[in-house]
Amino acid sequence: MAEEQRIVLRNADQINPAKLEDYLQAGGYQGLEKARSMSRADLIAEVKKSNLRGRGGAAFNCGLKWSFVPTDAEVSYVVCNLDEGEPGTYKDRIIVQKDPQQLLEGMAICGHAVNAKQGYIYCRGEYPYVVELLNLAIDQARSKGVLGDFNIEVRMGAGAYVCGEETALIESIEGHRGEPRFKPPFPGVSGLWGKPTVVNNVETFANLPQIVFNGADWYAAIGASTYPGTKVLTLTGDVEKRVFIEVPTNVTLREIIYNYGGGVKSGRRLKAVQVGGTSGGFIPEYLLDTPIDYDSMRSIGATLGTGAVFVMDETRDVVDIVTHIAKFFKEESCGKCNPCREGTFRCYEIMDRINRGRGTLPDIEHMIQLGKVMERVCLCGLGQASPSPILTTLQHFRYEYERKLIS
Amino acid sequence: MELVKLKINGKDVEAPAGSTILQAAENSGISIPRLCYYPDLSPMGQCRLCVVEVEGNTLLPASCVTPISAGMVIHTESPAVIEARKIILELLLANHPQDCMTCDKMGDCRLAEYAYQYGVRDSRFVGEKHNYAVDESNPFIIRDLNKCIQCGACVRACEEITGKDNLSYMYRGYNRKVTTADDVSYVDSDCVFCGQCVAVCPTGALTEKQIHGKARAWELQKVRTTCPFCGTGCNFDLCVHEGQVVGVKSSPDSVVNGRALCVKGRFGWDFVNNAQRLTTPLIKRDGNFVPASWEEAINLIAERLSEIKNKYGSDSFAALSSARCTNEENYLMQKFTRAVMGTNNVDHCART
Repeated sequence: MAEEQRIVLRNADQINPAKLEDYLQAGGYQGLEKARSMSRADLIAEVKKSNLRGRGGAAFNCGLKWSFVPTDAEVSYVVCNLDEGEPGTYKDRIIVQKDPQQLLEGMAICGHAVNAKQGYIYCRGEYPYVVELLNLAIDQARSKGVLGDFNIEVRMGAGAYVCGEETALIESIEGHRGEPRFKPPFPGVSGLWGKPTVVNNVETFANLPQIVFNGADWYAAIGASTYPGTKVLTLTGDVEKRVFIEVPTNVTLREIIYNYGGGVKSGRRLKAVQVGGTSGGFIPEYLLDTPIDYDSMRSIGATLGTGAVFVMDETRDVVDIVTHIAKFFKEESCGKCNPCREGTFRCYEIMDRINRGRGTLPDIEHMIQLGKVMERVCLCGLGQASPSPILTTLQHFRYEYERKLIS
Repeated sequence: MELVKLKINGKDVEAPAGSTILQAAENSGISIPRLCYYPDLSPMGQCRLCVVEVEGNTLLPASCVTPISAGMVIHTESPAVIEARKIILELLLANHPQDCMTCDKMGDCRLAEYAYQYGVRDSRFVGEKHNYAVDESNPFIIRDLNKCIQCGACVRACEEITGKDNLSYMYRGYNRKVTTADDVSYVDSDCVFCGQCVAVCPTGALTEKQIHGKARAWELQKVRTTCPFCGTGCNFDLCVHEGQVVGVKSSPDSVVNGRALCVKGRFGWDFVNNAQRLTTPLIKRDGNFVPASWEEAINLIAERLSEIKNKYGSDSFAALSSARCTNEENYLMQKFTRAVMGTNNVDHCART
C-alpha cells in the first residue's frame, strides 16, 4: 500500500485519545501557544497564506473567512461542524475519535483569531459516543487550563442531513427548525444569535495546530498548489480495502482506488466513482487520472466535497443507485424553498419511473431541465447539489437510462 | 442617503445603499414576481420566484433578499430567469388542485396571476399530490393546505403582526406543512381568529368562510371605512355585493392598522344584515318599546336628565363611557358630565 501523509491523523493510534497528557507529550497545544503569541491580524494572515481551504465541501479560504468577522465585534462565536451526515463519509468521526484535543486546539486558535470566547461543536445525533469523548476531552482541557479563557460546548443534532449546512446548523443550535437561512448576510457577519460566527469543518480546524506551528509555507507546499495540504478520504463500495486514508491533495483518483484501496473488488472493472458524498458527481473510468483537489474535481464536473470515495464496479446499475440517491434527497430536503422541496420529490418520481421501466425520453429531458434550474435557484447547497448525480450520470451513462425506457 | 449605481435590464439606475435588488428594481419601475416577499413581514427568500440573473454570479439569487452593490449588472427577465420561474411555477402547479373554477380566490390569486403571466398552462411534473383534509372547524377561516405553496406568510403574520406565534412547520421536504402546535385544527389551537393569516395568503389556502360562494373577487365593491368596534380606529374595506355587505378585507395601505385587524373587525360584521338590528331609537311607552325619531329620543333624554339634576342634585349623576368609543366621543362624554350635569363623576371601562 502506498504511503499516506498524515497531518490531522498524525497522532491516530499513536496516543490515547482519552488522555490529554498523551496529546501534550506529542507536541499538542504548541500551535495554540504560538498563535496566542501572534496578533490577531498576523494569525489570520498566516492562515490565509497557508491557503488552507475548507474541508467541509465548499473549499473557501479559511483565513479569508475569518477575516470577515468585524474586528470591533464585541461577541463572536466559533462553531465546529461535526454534523457528518453525508452517506459514506466518516472522516470527521475518525479525526475526533483518534485525536479530540487537536480539534479543540484548532478551535481555540480560531477563537484567538476572531476574538471569540465561546465555541460550539455541533455533533451529528448518530454519534453519541463521540459526544462522550469530546466532553471528556473538554473537561480535561478545562481542568488543565490549556484552552485559557476559550470555552467549548457540544451540541447534538437530531438526524437531519440539512443541518450540515452551516446556517441550518446555526438555526438548530439556536433551537429552531433546522432550515437554512438566506445568504448574505454570511455567518461571519451575522451568525449564531445574530453575532459574527466562524463555522468550519472538523478537518479544517484539525489542520490548524500544525499549520500555525510549522508555518504557512510548510503547509502551502504540500499537495496541489491551489488546494494545498492533505485530505482525509473514506473509501467505500466495491473497493478491496474500505479504509480511511490521509493523502496529499495532488494524488489522483486512480492512485487512491488502486494504490491505497487495493483496486476494485474481486478484480472487476470499475464503472464509476462518486466522490464527495451523495451529492457528488459520478466520474467514469476515463477521468480517473484527475487529482482529487477541489479545483481539478470541479474541472471535470465533480466535487471533492467531504472526501467520500464510493467505488462502483461494472456490475452496478447506475440508474438504480441514482434512484436511491434521489430518494435520499427528497427525504432530506428541509422543504423550505420551492424548487428543492418540490424538485427533489419530482426528480425521485421520475427516477423511480425510469428505474421501473416506465420512463420515457421526455421524462429524461424534463429532469435535465429541472435539475439544471435547481442547481441555480435553490436556497442552499443541498438543493443546488442534489441534481448532480442525475446530471452527471446522464452525461456519462445515458445509455443505462435509455435501455430502461419504455421502448 | 448614499446612493448606489447599478444596471438593471440595461438601464442605469440608482438606489439607496442597503436596498435589495427587488427594491432597487421597483424603485425604477421594474416589477419582479414574488410569492413570499411582503414589505411588512420579515424576508424569507424561499419561494425563489423573484430570482434574477446577476452577471458574474453562476447562481440566480433571490432578489428579495440579495443586497445591491455598486456596479451590479442585473437581468430580471433574461431567458435563464424566465426558464427558472416557469419551472418553479410548474412545480407549484404540479402539487396544486386544479379547481380554480370554484375556488374563492379566483381573481385574486397570485399563483394564477403568475401562471398566466408566464404562460404556464399545465405542469410536466404532475405526480403524487397532497390530499389533506380541509379544516373547516371554525366559523371564520377555511384552511385548505392542498392549496398552500408554503410562502410562510401566514406563519410570519401570526408571529410578527398578531404576536400569537400560533403557526409553524412540521415535517420535512415534500411533507413539510404549516401547522398549529401538534397539528390540531384552528379551533383547537391558540388561534384568536384575527385572520391576519388569511389577509396575507396569496392563494386559496386560507379564505374567509363568510364570503365563500357569495361573490367572485372582481364582483366585490370595496368601501373603505373605519371599524366601529373600538377607539383604535382601524380601517378596512367592506366588501359589498348587490347592496349587501358580504365580508371585510384589510389592506396594507390602511394608515392606522395596515393589514392588522382583530376578530371583531374582520369577522364580526354579520349583525349589519341582521333582521333584528335596531334601526331607529325606541321609547318605552306603556311597557312596550315603540319606534321614535332621534329628535323625540334626544328631547326625552334631555328632559329626564334635567329633572334628575334639579330634583336630586348634580352628584346624583355619574357617567361611565366605553373603550369602544373614540377619544373624541369620550372627551365629549366627560365634558357633558362636567359642564352640563355639573359633576366630576366620570369613569371609563378601561380605567381599571
